[in-house]
Amino acid sequence: MGDWMTVTDPESKTLPQYTSETKMSPSSLYSQQVLCSSIPLSKNVHSYFSAFCTEENIEQSISYLDQEQLESSRREMIGLQERDRQLQCKNRNLHQLLKNEKDEVQKLQNIIASRATQYNHDMKRKEREYNKLKERLHQLVMNKKDKKIAMEVLNYVGRADGKRGSWRTGKTEARNEDEMYKILLNDYEYRQKQILMENAELKKVLQQMKKEMISLLSPQKQKPRERADDSTGTVISDVEEDAGELSRESIWDLSCETVREQLTNSIRKQWRILKSHVEKLDNQVSKVHLEGFNDEDVISRQDHEQETEKLELEIQQCKEMIKTQQQLLQQQLATACDDDTTSLLRDCYLLEEKERLKEEWSLFKEQKKNFEKERRSFTEAAIRLGLERKAFEEERASWLKQQFLNMTTFDHQNSENVKLFSAFSGSSDRDTPTLHSRSRQKKPHGVPSGSPVCTSKLTKSLPASPSTSDFCQTRSCASEHSSSINVLNITPEETKPNQVGRECTNQKWSMSSRPGSQEGCYSGCSLAYTSSHVEKDDLP
Amino acid sequence: MNFSEVFKLSSLLCKFSPDGKYLSPQEPTQSCLGRIRDAPAPQDFRGFHQEPVSGPVGRHQCVLSVLSSQASCVQYRLVVRDANTLQILQLYTCLDQIQHLEWSADSLFILCALYKRGLVQVWSLEQPEWHCKIDEGSAGLVASSWSPDGRHILNTTEFHLRITVWSLCTKSVSYIKYPKACQQGITFTRDGRYLALAERRDCRDYVSIFVCSDWQLLRHFDTDTQDLAGIEWAPNGCVLAVWDSCLEYKVLLYSLDGRLLSAFCAYEWSLGIKSVAWSPSSQFLAIGSYDGKVRILNHVTWKMITEFEHPATVNNPKIVVYKEAEKSPPLGHLAFPPPRAATGPLTSSESKYEIASMPVSLQTLKPATDRANPRIGVGALAFSPDNYFLATRNDSVPNAVWIWDIRKLRLLAVLEQLCTVRAFQWGPQQPRLAICTGGSKVYLWSPAGCVSVQVPGEGDFQVLSLCWHPSGDSLALLSKDHFCLCFLEMEKGVRMAFGQRGDCT
Repeated sequence: MGDWMTVTDPESKTLPQYTSETKMSPSSLYSQQVLCSSIPLSKNVHSYFSAFCTEENIEQSISYLDQEQLESSRREMIGLQERDRQLQCKNRNLHQLLKNEKDEVQKLQNIIASRATQYNHDMKRKEREYNKLKERLHQLVMNKKDKKIAMEVLNYVGRADGKRGSWRTGKTEARNEDEMYKILLNDYEYRQKQILMENAELKKVLQQMKKEMISLLSPQKQKPRERADDSTGTVISDVEEDAGELSRESIWDLSCETVREQLTNSIRKQWRILKSHVEKLDNQVSKVHLEGFNDEDVISRQDHEQETEKLELEIQQCKEMIKTQQQLLQQQLATACDDDTTSLLRDCYLLEEKERLKEEWSLFKEQKKNFEKERRSFTEAAIRLGLERKAFEEERASWLKQQFLNMTTFDHQNSENVKLFSAFSGSSDRDTPTLHSRSRQKKPHGVPSGSPVCTSKLTKSLPASPSTSDFCQTRSCASEHSSSINVLNITPEETKPNQVGRECTNQKWSMSSRPGSQEGCYSGCSLAYTSSHVEKDDLP
Repeated sequence: MNFSEVFKLSSLLCKFSPDGKYLSPQEPTQSCLGRIRDAPAPQDFRGFHQEPVSGPVGRHQCVLSVLSSQASCVQYRLVVRDANTLQILQLYTCLDQIQHLEWSADSLFILCALYKRGLVQVWSLEQPEWHCKIDEGSAGLVASSWSPDGRHILNTTEFHLRITVWSLCTKSVSYIKYPKACQQGITFTRDGRYLALAERRDCRDYVSIFVCSDWQLLRHFDTDTQDLAGIEWAPNGCVLAVWDSCLEYKVLLYSLDGRLLSAFCAYEWSLGIKSVAWSPSSQFLAIGSYDGKVRILNHVTWKMITEFEHPATVNNPKIVVYKEAEKSPPLGHLAFPPPRAATGPLTSSESKYEIASMPVSLQTLKPATDRANPRIGVGALAFSPDNYFLATRNDSVPNAVWIWDIRKLRLLAVLEQLCTVRAFQWGPQQPRLAICTGGSKVYLWSPAGCVSVQVPGEGDFQVLSLCWHPSGDSLALLSKDHFCLCFLEMEKGVRMAFGQRGDCT
């Protein structure tokens, strides 16, 4: 009690509330809280109320609170006691009522039962009386020679079956019995036949089911590692023996227990196997779900990972899309003052976007035009280069001619030339890409069909600078080398060389295309070019 | 669909002769009900179907008509008509008002029971001059029926004192004592060999099995029932179903030789069985009970294979609910006050079926449980002749007929009528169900669909009952004091439906 005193809020006077606990007001909650936390720290709490209760008036205040709260709690207590008393009273009354009702029900049940027995008894009595009356009536009516009871008939008619009526004898009785049993027998036979038929059908179904199960399960037996761990393998062999036995048609006619047992047992076995198999499969599936794809024969890990990556990517995309959609929605919501304006605004947005797109489009177009221009200039340059090269070649040829003419013997020179060529081919390996690119340069000049590839490459590579620079490099390289290559290249052409040399060139060309080509079409293109080049070689 | 003229009739006594019952006449033509579904209701009478029918199937129709014109002495006449042409073949006059009418199984004789007088009069079709009169005298008469051979008549005296078996072949008379007065106490096997009879002796139930050929008692055994309510042979004649009164749910199955095969009890302490029906194949026994369910037992284990509930709300897209809807007549037709002459066909508005959209809640009756015979439970059930369908009526949903697919053991269709369903009967050759509700319409259901047909004619023809011709080609519609025939012959109906639109019905 002393503790309580220290914690109670003097202003709200929550003690009654606390004691009653029926009404939970915030203040009472507070007091409870305080109580719980502060019982060990009552001194701390004490200091909170120092305004009301100081060191000096502690006695006074305690007595004051004591009196007040004692009073109120007493009142409360009295009220509660009163209520308790009332409730108890009520409860007693209800108990009494229940008891009364139960008694009533019991009484009524007893009444019903006694009435029922009385009724049955009376009924029996009445029926006996009735029977007596009937008997009496029977005697009176039937025994008296009632002339009226008679049948007037013009003439008796023949029996429906045309037979004469027979006298009643012991024989007829026996015959009737026989006939009755015959009828019953017929009925039972008919039913038995039906049941047999039904059984045969069911057996057939079972057999078929069994066969199907065996065929379904047998492939698994071939996988020894799966089957080795349990004893099912032996069961299957058993079953197969059984199947061999039972598959004979004649067995169906044997409805004896052994066959039935065999069949049912084998089916049961099969079923067990199937069940375990299905369970295993289920387990596998769950395992796969849990641990991922570590089983090889399901899906490879790589595939799975790829798939998951793809899916993750998709999810990412979807998320982004959702985000943008959300943003859009929010925007819409934010701007959605009324429907008209929103639609207008949406239109505005669309228009804006359209405008922007248009701008972008025109920009792109311009760029494209520029690219086109550049491409054209490039091709023109290439053509010019080609022409220049041709002139140069012609010049070189004439120069060589003169040189050759100046040489001492024709034959010696020829062999030397071959040697030189082969030496060049060996050393020119690192130059092949350049050669190749050079061939591209030549294309517009040589084969018009090759040009689109070239241009496309150009346009494509233009925005990304490295290839452009490459190209420039190769171009410069080609122009650098062109003289030396052309020396060798042109040689057979001009001097009508032997076949060996030309084949060699041809080979070299085709080979060169491979290291340089990173795209299929590219290599194909170059190959086409080489062949065309070769053809061109033949022409003059 | 053609309708005949309307003829006079009393006591709803109109019966087709059963001859040719076991012939299998026509090929089962697929019902064209679905095709003529939307055809307009009949407007005009198109006369009889005059084509001769091969074979003696349902050759005659026996109709009781009261000729009230002769006032001097009341004559009570029996009219035998050709079932196809409806021409009168014979006219017999009985001594008093006929209360019961029955053809002999060979269609040679007709039995007329005059219960008030305790008299039975028998007429021969072949020899019109032949006659037979049986007088039960002071013992009185409450029931009379043919034995399956058509040569014996079983008369039940008042107070069920005894059953007298009169022979038409010999002078012999047999008596059977202690027959029980109950819902269905006499049943013959389909082949006519045996009679099973419920008996009550010393406050206990018994069943006696007689051989019909010489009325010898074959078996006699007591049944474990409180108060036996009915017995019925399975169509194969080898199993007898015995059920207890509604106070106790109990079905007992006995073999022909009196052995108890099985007993079935679905629940206790509540009202029990209300109706029982065997499937024509003897494979199923359908039991309708007061809890609004049909339970079906199988013939191998005699255990329940399924339970059909009859919920008031149908919510399954697989089930088709046909709702009869009134076609409201054009407003111009309505005059106020309605002219007297036009109170006939004009007031009875046409109706059609609409396929209700799910869920459908059917009109239910709040049963008064404090009264005897409450209108709850399955009160009527019938298997189609091909065993494929079962039609039921739950009495607390009096306007609906449930049709169950027995092959799939599920509800197939529900027909909700505008009025209480009075009677329904399956066509004997095809799964066609004819329904009447006491209105001027007849309703037909087949797996292809259903149709509502207005009975033409002057005045309101209130169809209270109906019965099929054994060939399934025509249907007799009975009202309180008239009857007419409805010809369904399908080939012709189809031809007409496609040839002359609108005329076919």
